Amino acid sequence: MSTSTVDLQHDPHGHGDDGHGHDDPHHQHHFTTMEQQFDTSKIGMWLFLATEVLLFGGLFVGFGMMQARFPEQFKEAHEHLQRPLGALNTVVLLVSSWTMVMGVLSARTNQRKKLVIYLIITILCACIFLGVKYFEYSHKFEEGLLPGHYYTHHGDKIATVNGANGYATFFSFYFMMTGLHGIHILVGIALLAWIAVRGNRGEFNSSYYTPVDLVGLYWHLVDLIWIYLFPLYYLIS
Amino acid sequence: MSEHTQNPKAEAAVYLKTLIALLVLTGITVGASYIHFGSGAANVVVALTIATIKATLVALFFMHLLHDKPVNGIIAVAGFIFLGLFLMFTLLDFDTRENPLPRNLPGVVTPPPPAATTPAPAPEHH
Repeated sequence: MSTSTVDLQHDPHGHGDDGHGHDDPHHQHHFTTMEQQFDTSKIGMWLFLATEVLLFGGLFVGFGMMQARFPEQFKEAHEHLQRPLGALNTVVLLVSSWTMVMGVLSARTNQRKKLVIYLIITILCACIFLGVKYFEYSHKFEEGLLPGHYYTHHGDKIATVNGANGYATFFSFYFMMTGLHGIHILVGIALLAWIAVRGNRGEFNSSYYTPVDLVGLYWHLVDLIWIYLFPLYYLIS
Repeated sequence: MSEHTQNPKAEAAVYLKTLIALLVLTGITVGASYIHFGSGAANVVVALTIATIKATLVALFFMHLLHDKPVNGIIAVAGFIFLGLFLMFTLLDFDTRENPLPRNLPGVVTPPPPAATTPAPAPEHH
């Protein structure tokens, strides 16, 4: 564990003889063991993930309400989404989740090269996902399938309900939810690149791989949200 | 952190099986969306059941909840329980309203209130 020279701000050494007998430069002095430190970080990450579930959950509840309000218009609006593209993105994200978990396993078993390779594949998958999304979004911009009063698509079969346009409402939710999810993918790419660089420097090993594990949890949550977004938007008619 | 490092190969095999199961379930849910199960609600139930199975697989294996300390699983489940409460009370409210859309939404024409159920208050001054 002498490979790490960075991350000095977390280095507890300098506290000198606190009697804990640290042998790992990542070991912060207020934790008894590395394991306790790891578990504590993980609980914090899970609490954050719970707030993410509630953040997206609010949007899902709103989507459900509006679907109950405009059932016919939502059914018709969803025909504008291309199922094959949604399915392709689902497969891409699932594969990226697998490469992520293999990356975590590589970090835990001291396989530095494998860790970096798996992380790079994960980033590539994320880029493919965003590329497909870009294609889908630009197609919808051209057709005028836009949120709220920006909606200019013609050829709708059903008129407005009480003056409210269910198509526009559908696309408001579509862009809000897939957009927020896309922002999470972008953040994920930045995090993955960060741990890939650190992993390449050899900063992670079987006794310290907390950042890899926590970024992995985040990445799986992004995948998990898409697992619900995909059937709700692309499949249910 | 050390409870499941004994056999990395066995662990990798579990992850690969999980991925295959997830891909198969994706195929099933896409296929099922082309079948009409009697009613629209039935299709929703089928799609969301498969999605929940997939999400459970991701949480148990990819997110390690199966072999993890129970506290992380409790936090995850608690998040979904509160989401369920939110959904339940929202639906209770939604189902008992005549017009669920807010009256100040632009372009919304609200139906006139039921006539003469409550007489307009005309307070008299003495």
